[in-house]
Amino acid sequence: MNPKRKQRLAIVLFIVFGAAVAVGLVMYALSQNINLFYSPTDIAEHKAPEGTRIRAGGMVVEGSVKRDTESLQVTFDMTDYANKVTVTFTGILPDLFREGQGIVAQGEMNSDGVFEAVEVLAKHDENYMPPEVAEALKKAGKMPEQIRAAGAE
Amino acid sequence: MADKKWMPRWFYQLASPRWCYEITGKLLPFFAVAALLLLVAGCVWALAFAPADYQQGNSFRIIYIHVPSSILAQSCYMLMAVAGAIGLIWKMKVADMVAKCCAPIGASVAVLSLATGAIWGKPTWGSWWVWDARLTSMLILFFLYLGIIALNSAIESERTAAQSTAVLALVGLVNIPIIKYSVDWWNTLHQPATFKLTERPAMPAEMWVPLLVMVIGFYCFFAVVMMLRLRNEIIQRERRSGWVRDLIAG
Repeated sequence: MNPKRKQRLAIVLFIVFGAAVAVGLVMYALSQNINLFYSPTDIAEHKAPEGTRIRAGGMVVEGSVKRDTESLQVTFDMTDYANKVTVTFTGILPDLFREGQGIVAQGEMNSDGVFEAVEVLAKHDENYMPPEVAEALKKAGKMPEQIRAAGAE
Repeated sequence: MADKKWMPRWFYQLASPRWCYEITGKLLPFFAVAALLLLVAGCVWALAFAPADYQQGNSFRIIYIHVPSSILAQSCYMLMAVAGAIGLIWKMKVADMVAKCCAPIGASVAVLSLATGAIWGKPTWGSWWVWDARLTSMLILFFLYLGIIALNSAIESERTAAQSTAVLALVGLVNIPIIKYSVDWWNTLHQPATFKLTERPAMPAEMWVPLLVMVIGFYCFFAVVMMLRLRNEIIQRERRSGWVRDLIAG
């Protein structure tokens, strides 16, 4: 490579690394804001802002979903296998909402320590399988959420 | 002549628009046939024969368009940035043309990826759009493509246009690892990668094999569109040279 090209190569590398460092520092400074949601542990440890609308995410606890017979109100517990938050929501839940499923809820903590959600989104995990495989895994207790729950205990 | 040892011979041959025009003319039919076969086979396999997902049912099948278009949008950006860098360092005309041809194709697949993602997100998550790190960084990629197209067409001189877009493309390159690792670095609604180099995919073979066929099909399709655009660009810019005049005169 002749010196001119070498110099231009150095400039190109400088642009790429300079941009990477600059963006890296910005993201480091903003890292809390880039997270889409707070976990129940963040809320329990008062790391999440209080008295304002936040997003909270976790797994729906098995057997905790209670539906009101008169209205669309649903109450359930959400966990990150360390802490729990009770969530109440009035409205239509996404198709994927079920016990043992990860969700992200937007809302506010009320004075009773219950999370009043205005929006509930289902979080899909990275596992895909045909129904027959899911059935077999469930029988063996090897479903991804069962493994996670067992690992947390 | 010390220069000749630095890179293999084909690298310097690529610098010749005429050689490039001839070689793409020979490669084009192979890629066109491969793209057609793979995309048709992949679509039929994915839509009719792959099993439905245990949770999402049939709606998961949009993955067969969504994932290849997302992968291609990022690969296309990397090709554009590398071609731009080669154009900056070696002042190679063909590299400038490749970089210019990449942008509209990349923008199209980025739109396809964002649109299919939104269509899938509504029934699965319950929302068309969420400002999480993966979705936002992908949207930034799309805006980068638009910015590059706009910048390139705003500057009259071909050489200056190529240089400025190459610099913008190189600055934007930092976005590619952010897209890739956003789901690992932050809490996002978008799920983490199903496919990892070091682990078995979290998906059975009867689901991922058609996906692989689609990904390769998308790459072949990209190669076809890319070569067609590149050949146009070469003819357009070399219209005053002898070999193009001979070509047109027949």
